[in-house]
This record gives sequence, C-alpha cells and structure tokens, in this order.
Amino acid sequence: MTMNRRDFLEQGGKFILLTGAAALAWDHVLAGQPEQAPNYSMNDHWWAMFIDVEKCIGCGNCVRACKAENDVAPGPSYFRTWVERYHIPKKSPDHLEAEDHPMVDSPNGGYDGFPEKYGDGDGAKNFFVPKLCNHCAHSPCVQVCPVGATYVSPDGVVLVDKTYCLGCRYCVQACPYGCRFIDPRTHTVDKCNLCYHRITRGLTTACCEACPTGARMLGDLKNPKDPIHELLRDHTVQVLKPQMATGAKVYYNGLDGSVR
Amino acid sequence: MRQTFKDSEHLLRLAALFAAGILLFFITRAALMPAGFGELGHYRSGSLQDNRSHRLLFAGSAACAECHDDVVQTVSAGKHTSVHCEACHGPHQAHASDPTTVAAKRPDPLVLCATCHEKNVAKPRQFPQVDIQEHAAGASCTDCHQAHSPAME
Repeated sequence: MTMNRRDFLEQGGKFILLTGAAALAWDHVLAGQPEQAPNYSMNDHWWAMFIDVEKCIGCGNCVRACKAENDVAPGPSYFRTWVERYHIPKKSPDHLEAEDHPMVDSPNGGYDGFPEKYGDGDGAKNFFVPKLCNHCAHSPCVQVCPVGATYVSPDGVVLVDKTYCLGCRYCVQACPYGCRFIDPRTHTVDKCNLCYHRITRGLTTACCEACPTGARMLGDLKNPKDPIHELLRDHTVQVLKPQMATGAKVYYNGLDGSVR
Repeated sequence: MRQTFKDSEHLLRLAALFAAGILLFFITRAALMPAGFGELGHYRSGSLQDNRSHRLLFAGSAACAECHDDVVQTVSAGKHTSVHCEACHGPHQAHASDPTTVAAKRPDPLVLCATCHEKNVAKPRQFPQVDIQEHAAGASCTDCHQAHSPAME
C-alpha cells in the first residue's frame, strides 16, 4: 500500500485526536460514582438550625468549639460562627421619634466571652445574638461563584469545594450575612459547613454540642419526628434579612427587630 | 446533477473544520473539568465526601453515656439537664475512642463556672448569674455546689 504525504497527515491527525480524547475520558470512566457513606442518604435530610436568642448567654462556647472542631484559621478575624452583643440605648424623652441606634460588638467573635461593658439599670436593652451561615436554599454566594466551588448540597447545606476554589472573593461580597472569609493559610474561602462531617454521622454540630443552654438546635426539616417542627410552630420565629429572599434556614426565636 | 454541487468539496472541508472544532472543544472541556463535576449539580460531587472526611473532636453525649451513664443520669436529673458533657469538659473524642491511654480532663471550676454564671447585663434575666468575687470570695465553686447537679450539698 502506498501512502502519500497528504493521506499520512490526515490519518495521523485523526489518530492523535481520537486517542487523546479516549485517554482524557478514561479518568472519568474510572472515577465512577462518589463514595456513598453507609446509612446516610442525602436525599432524606434538609438541615436547618433553630436559635433561641432568649437563651444565649454569650459564653462563647460555640465559637471555641467550632474553631477547634473545624480547624478554623487562628486569629480574631476568622470565624465560622460568632456571637454579637447588641446594646440599644434608652431613647431620650425629648427625642422619642428618633430611630434606634444599636451598638454591636463582638470582641474576638465572642471567643473569650464578653467582659461586662454596659452598666445595669440605664434603661438600655442588651442581648446576645449567635450568628453562623444561614445555609440559604437560594443562596446568593452560590449564584455568584464563577467555577462551581460552592453549592447547596442535596441535604440543604451550603458547602465549599476547597480544591476548586479560586479565592476570587465574589462569594465573600455576595453573602448578605458576612459569613464567609478567605482562609489566610490556603487563600481559599472558608465558612460554616454545618459540621457536615458530624451531621452525616448522626451527630449534632460542634456548636450545638458545646452550647450549655440549648440556645442552638440542629434540625432536620425532612424528618417529621424532629423537634424543630414543634419549635417552629410554637415560637415566633424569624430569619435574618427576610427581605432578601435568600431562603435562610437558621430560624431565630425572640429576634429583636434591630438585628441585621 | 453533478454540476449543481460543483464546489461541494469546499462545503465538506468547512464541515470537517467545524467538526474538528467541536471535537477540540470537548477534549478541552474533558481536560479542564474535574471528575464528577455536574453529576449532582454545578459542582464536583466528590467535594461532598471531602467535607465529610474531616476528623471528629467532639464525641457527643451519647458516647459519654456508654461508660458514664451514672453521671449522665445525675446531670439530667438536675438543673444542668440541657448541658452536654463536652460543653464543660471540652472535646473528648480522643478519650472516647481510646479511654485507657487518653485520660479525660477535669476543668477548673472557678474558670469554668464563671464562663456561664459570671454576671453580665446582656445575659437573659432569668439565667442564674452572680458576681463571682462577691458570691464566692475566693472559694472554689465545688466547695459548696456539686459539679454535675449544681444544688447545694
């Protein structure tokens, strides 16, 4: 068989292209399905949290537990959960029409507790509000990720793929609740993952485990026997920034209107 | 009839070029997309497993109750019923998985009790809180209170 130069280039080109494609596709064939852990079906859960503001004592147990359990970056700027102290001064009788100007502080995210700062009996309103990722069903941070490194899992948890995150910070800006930060060690984004390694093993989150007053409760909205249904029915609950229609799943009981 | 498609080779070449472009697109796509991307949504499905594979520090009260059932009973009968073991004792997964070599830690009552019960105006009114200095005057909390059920001895 004779083969001229033109035929040779044509045949050779086809060969290279097709074998290249097959070699690239082979990894995908081998990868198969992601490993499914036994006894946990993602489609049977829809995780949420119930926070009782009236029970929070600002001890900072949740902040310390979260940082330890999840290896959160050390330092006072990096928190997956934190506690805020609200202080709403009493209105002057001459200016009752004035708007409230709540003062909010969170020294080291509440990690070291809250040293007394405001006096008793001055007519001001003081309370603590624990914060964490709201695990929105229609999450703004997921919508802006340009590479699909953050997503809502089938069980309703907003997770981050650290191996795929570019560290572009779009999601940090998009989150209306300020729940995301860039991990200074990896330069990728970090946030609460609702202790995904714990809840998928039948345990509660580290913050709920460490909370001494039961101010935090993990709930599974798809489990009809979960006490969260009763809590949501019997209490006047509110989510943060409902006007943003994020589908937030952290429900607050006794949330003051001044909390943002 | 042949006259109608006299220059059909041009069209064929164009089609071949187009096909090669599409092929190149799929090859590039396959090379750049990580395995499992798009299986469950616009993300790498293996990332779910990455998130799950983290190690535990907190064992959970159920693990404590396997050996220390008596203490758990005492706690649940008293005022500290809502307090999980590790809320005070700290993370103890290492102890729970290997109780013989890893000892459990006993927290210092003066530090621990103050974490919750030190007076603070922002705490809920109904929560029991004291000015520790005034209340205990340097004595340890456990001199008067029982650790697991805080009623007076």
